[in-house]
Amino acid sequence: MNWFELITLHSPPLIVAVPLLAAFLTPLVSKINDTVRNLFVLIMLSITGLLVLILGYDVLTNGIRVYVFGGGAPLPSGMNIPVRIMFEIDSMTIFMVIITIILALISILYSWSFMKDKDGLDKYYTIILLLVTSIFGMELTGDLFNFFVFLEISCITSCALIAFYVNKKESLDAAFKYIVISSIGALFILFAIGLLYAQYNALNMATIANAIQFTFFDKIVLVLLITGLAMKSGLAPMHMWLPDAYSRSPASVTFILVGATLAGLYGSLRVIFTIYGNQLLNTGFTFYPGLIIGIIVTALGVLSIFIGVFMALKRSDFKKMIAYTAVAEIGYMFLAIGSYLIGLALSVPDNPQMLIAGTYALKGGLFHILNDALDIGLLFLVAGAVYYATKQTSLNSLGGLARNMKYTTIFFLIGLLAVSGMPPMNGFASKLLIYQSTYQISPILSIIAIICSIMLLAVFVKVFQSIFLGPEIPSLKNVKEVPKSMLAAMALVACIIIFIGLFPNIIIDNLVTPAAEALQNTTTYISTIVGGT
Amino acid sequence: MIYNIPFIAVVAMIFIGLFAVLFKRNLVKIVIGISIIESGVNLFLITLGYREGGVAPIFTSAPSEVVKNAPGSMVLPVPQALTLTSIVIGVAVLALMLSLIMHIYEHYGTLDVRKIRGPEE
Repeated sequence: MNWFELITLHSPPLIVAVPLLAAFLTPLVSKINDTVRNLFVLIMLSITGLLVLILGYDVLTNGIRVYVFGGGAPLPSGMNIPVRIMFEIDSMTIFMVIITIILALISILYSWSFMKDKDGLDKYYTIILLLVTSIFGMELTGDLFNFFVFLEISCITSCALIAFYVNKKESLDAAFKYIVISSIGALFILFAIGLLYAQYNALNMATIANAIQFTFFDKIVLVLLITGLAMKSGLAPMHMWLPDAYSRSPASVTFILVGATLAGLYGSLRVIFTIYGNQLLNTGFTFYPGLIIGIIVTALGVLSIFIGVFMALKRSDFKKMIAYTAVAEIGYMFLAIGSYLIGLALSVPDNPQMLIAGTYALKGGLFHILNDALDIGLLFLVAGAVYYATKQTSLNSLGGLARNMKYTTIFFLIGLLAVSGMPPMNGFASKLLIYQSTYQISPILSIIAIICSIMLLAVFVKVFQSIFLGPEIPSLKNVKEVPKSMLAAMALVACIIIFIGLFPNIIIDNLVTPAAEALQNTTTYISTIVGGT
Repeated sequence: MIYNIPFIAVVAMIFIGLFAVLFKRNLVKIVIGISIIESGVNLFLITLGYREGGVAPIFTSAPSEVVKNAPGSMVLPVPQALTLTSIVIGVAVLALMLSLIMHIYEHYGTLDVRKIRGPEE
């Protein structure tokens, strides 16, 4: 099986290269025929998905993989600084890459009919493939500057996709807001990378993590990096672009944008756990740095949950409500990560109970990344379907749709139960982990989390009642069920949601636990590149 | 002190840019602010790359005594490479923002952020 080993060896760059090449071939292919173009994009992404599976199997069985560009050996002889660009893939990366490929495939399937009657579709598919490329790049890379480049690509492409409806003024407004926020965030990140390079003469994450001293400049760098990445992932004080961008772009685009946001979250996980991983329990200060980072991250997470839930309650626009819910869900992840950091810091003298609770919180948070992407994504797909059928998104002008759109109604019900953490769905599994573990860290946190989750249920029961139930509205009498490709995409997401909800252990044991261990084990990540102990 | 002047300029440019983004009402001025922040960051990277007595790392055009006696004084050109990449990205972002502004002006007929609002709910 020589060729199989070759593909396994070169799969990390291929995962980035295949969608990138496909992106620039798409305008050529679309000269032939629309159907050929859609099939081409779908097949190229399926090939990428196959490569992801091969790489994932390899990493989960054999441990961390390093791919050095432009050379076989880890380092050219005589150099003691890794100057080359490297991809470093551990279980956490694999987890995120799998989420991304699921989102990308379903979004392409959904846009087959959803975008059918729009103009400029060759450019649309090109930009979507470029966005997918950049998300993969951010997740696979082990080099800080390379991370910045992919981050900027994702900013530019997401902005272009948000402004897809160029003839609608509100989507232009949202796109401008997005690009201002995200380019300022990216410049913060570039400045921080410059500061790190000035001190440690390296851009490689593992090398920097090995050398880091937690000086005054390192604290500034930490603040800049977290701020920049939080802007990208829509954490509370920097969340104002997110509801606009999510609610005013086409539903298929929003589905991938969720992936881009989660890549920002992944970046902040890498910063906290890998670059600063060995400094979290630095004893040179009055408090552990981990405790302070943890408290700040938890506070921001709780703030996001509050803002997201209350703003969602107040809205009357269907898509905006879901977008604010997305802010709240990001808050749950940051709450879990912050709880882990607090638990880690509190456990140090003689309190291992806290570390166990913290580890469960981390697992719950990581698991929630997958669940949030699917739940919020499904709701957006349903919102897109309702818009496709009725051209309306306001709750006041919709009603009684369950008569004509019975499948869409069922999918919305599944998404509703999943997003508010009801038992048979996947949201329950991850939220229960978060509630349980944060209760041991501090009961108040878990009470807030539970109450806000119940309020999310209230939000969506209201939506369900006013859109799908109730008397028939005369103007919506001739509404038809949406086309098959959209139904297939929604059914696929709903099946994954129910499957994870029924068998959460399969995912937790095979994907989430290795990912959490990879994050906690900073030393392994560093020593794979730096060598020695 | 004299060596710190570029770094002071960097911080000053970043804050001037942030001020423009936060307090200016005109969209074009916001874009100018972002551009100033970007120039500040680029200046920072370039300043980092300066080494006194360093030689550009082009092997064929370096002075012959440097090649013979002190090849170590050639500068590793990473910061310059970073700056070039960052400038290219900056141009792309700038072009995208300006084209968005053109479309916004077509629809709203103004560039004042207070008058550019989405639909009221």
